[in-house]
Amino acid sequence: MLGRLGLDAIPYNEPIIMGTLLVVAVLGAALLGVVTYYRKWAYLWREWLTSVDHKRIGAMYIILALVMLLRGFADAIMMRAQQAIADSGHAGYLPPHHYDQIFTAHGVIMIFFVATPLILGLMNVVVPLQIGARDVAFPFLNQLSFWLSVAGAVLVMMSMFVGDFAATGWVAYPPLSELGYSPTVGVDYYIWSLQVSGLGTLLTGINLLVTILRMRAPGMNLMKMPVFTWTALITNILIIAVFPVLTATLALLSADRYLGMHFFTNEGGGNAMMYINLIWVWGHPEVYILILPCFGAFSEIIATFSGKPLFGYKSMVYATSAIGVLSFFVWLHHFFTMGSGANVNAFFGIMTSIISIPTGVKLFNWLFTMFRGRVRYHSATLWTIGFMGCFAIGGMTGVLLAVPGADFVLHNSLFLVAHFHNVIIGGVVFGSLAGISFWFPKVFGFTLDERWGKIACWCWQIGFYLAFMPLYVLGFDGMTRRMNHYDNPDWHPWLVVALCGAVVIGLGILAMGVQLIVSIRHRGENRDLSGDPWDARSLEWSTSSPAPFYNFAVIPTITSLEQHWENKLTGRAYLKPEHYEPIHMPRNTGDGVLIATWSFVLCFALVWHIWPLAMLMLAAVIVHFIARTYNRNTDYYVPASEVARIENERYARLVRVTQVQRPSSSRPKAA
Amino acid sequence: MNSSSTHSVAGQPQADGHGDMKSYFVGFALSLALTAASFATIMSDIVPHSWRLGSMVALCVIQLLVQLAYFLHLGTGKSQAQNTAIFACTGLLIVIVVAGSLWVMHNANINMMPTQAISQNE
Repeated sequence: MLGRLGLDAIPYNEPIIMGTLLVVAVLGAALLGVVTYYRKWAYLWREWLTSVDHKRIGAMYIILALVMLLRGFADAIMMRAQQAIADSGHAGYLPPHHYDQIFTAHGVIMIFFVATPLILGLMNVVVPLQIGARDVAFPFLNQLSFWLSVAGAVLVMMSMFVGDFAATGWVAYPPLSELGYSPTVGVDYYIWSLQVSGLGTLLTGINLLVTILRMRAPGMNLMKMPVFTWTALITNILIIAVFPVLTATLALLSADRYLGMHFFTNEGGGNAMMYINLIWVWGHPEVYILILPCFGAFSEIIATFSGKPLFGYKSMVYATSAIGVLSFFVWLHHFFTMGSGANVNAFFGIMTSIISIPTGVKLFNWLFTMFRGRVRYHSATLWTIGFMGCFAIGGMTGVLLAVPGADFVLHNSLFLVAHFHNVIIGGVVFGSLAGISFWFPKVFGFTLDERWGKIACWCWQIGFYLAFMPLYVLGFDGMTRRMNHYDNPDWHPWLVVALCGAVVIGLGILAMGVQLIVSIRHRGENRDLSGDPWDARSLEWSTSSPAPFYNFAVIPTITSLEQHWENKLTGRAYLKPEHYEPIHMPRNTGDGVLIATWSFVLCFALVWHIWPLAMLMLAAVIVHFIARTYNRNTDYYVPASEVARIENERYARLVRVTQVQRPSSSRPKAA
Repeated sequence: MNSSSTHSVAGQPQADGHGDMKSYFVGFALSLALTAASFATIMSDIVPHSWRLGSMVALCVIQLLVQLAYFLHLGTGKSQAQNTAIFACTGLLIVIVVAGSLWVMHNANINMMPTQAISQNE
């Protein structure tokens, strides 16, 4: 009846896990208590959990990512502490089996449940606003996607306390991930959490692609789209192209584990190398999925805070597209040493080196945007400048690793670990945090505290170099990744420095928390009344902050690449429309939350082989989804009078703001 | 979602791109003929034995193209240009992934199998 699930699934005898469980239980109960005490359950359900508003779903994606960042970072600092202790003869405090789960969970969480939700969240918030749309193309699907991601995240978190997690590394190579070598439920948790969240990501990809292709405001042709939307377009094409590969690969692995098949086993004609090949067909484009929207965010930020149009818009678009195409020709550089021979390795090595060229083009474009600009050092600018240095270093070590000969020496070493943290933290994390501080007022109506934002930024910058530069040295010294303990005393000092770096990054995360609390407490003073706190350039800044649920009272007609800037120059910004029309909007629904809940239970049942429950939940998912398609009451019209009321309030506020009078137009228009 | 030009494009069927009774009938007839031809290559002696696999594959690909053109309305017409482009893009990606994987795995096989054979013999 309960399949493989029993009381022995709970790891009573591991004090670290039980301690964590206690903390999580206490904090969780406190959170639920607070919500109950302030009677906010109805509000939460009505306004957030059942929302189909793209801005709120985007914000929830980012909240999910930040919560999971805490877990992923806790894993990181535990590993750093272990390696700083477990020198010459010391065993450290983490037993190998637990340590293996931690480095696996760290990778899985950081990629799938931190970086991916950050990117999806930013795209969700920004894309419809930038193209003058009122929501995404399929609002209900958007909600479903988000809650499927949450289901995956909960599954990973749960694996810590009920059963165990995969101890295979974050891409779960067979034969190690096969039943023979990983007989526990760890890999099953891995498979189903990725399957369910991957489905969510794929649906979001389709949703945003259709939104960008079909719902742009009249006049906005492709070459009038802001760069962030361009990068989102390419990213979503990549999502649609490669996430099915991940799904299929994991499905084959599940067939091996559940149905006794032999796709990737060493027996019965299987070939583990095919798994490695397929997972990287997905895995390499995945890193471009993560980085491209961050490039877009940096482009918007640097143009805004330099007070100049982006240098080389067209080259930016072509570079983004080129990266999108080239990203399909480089996957083998993740396994040069698997033994494909010199001609194959040479081809993929050269393609990998080539892909750095469009990235270099972008870097120069950002530098030339700043050149002779009037640069304002907002924290978003600091993140961007920090990114440029950091990403340049990461890019160069990447090109070094792209040389197959060098890769044979450095693969699987800490040099590789340093390289990908260099590009993912320097690119994706810095980019998302910059984007959050930039677009935060558009969702919440007040700006984030600058002082704590800058402290967080500096902690991250300094902590990053302290934590990861030593790993380059260790890689050259021959230290391999994922070591539980080691006997080389020369490595020890570098690992202590790396631990110090991780602590400084921890202070950065703490500063982000403080920033959020301070900003919320001082929201009265930091309210963004104009809707354009940074004197920015693209369409999202022409509406109020927070943007009304319908985004634009009147859909704008696009005549310029930098529509809002153009409007400010010609004095057309903030003109009150003559009259309003009723607005067609999607209705909130609980269906997405519920279907994701059934999916979560389905995955849990599959992990533990609870077949009756699994069948019941699969039926629930299908029936509920079909029932939803018969629901005709999914939309409504906001009456024109209601729109007029909201907009009149906005124009009353605008009159009081001096910024509107501050003439951007006094500056010459740099073309 | 939004009222005017942007959303109606996605929502409403486009009369020009979606064929009529005649094109559906032609497509249906072609599909039937091609299916019959496929059976005929195997069940009769018209095609020599060594050519059968090749002709089956060829007929299969033609069948695919017929169905895409007549039933999914992919074509060079203006209203279908975007769909055709996306389909071509999908096809290209599949070719890259499949051909690339075959190349990679074939090479790995050539380079790795001798050692494996030796170690198994020991």
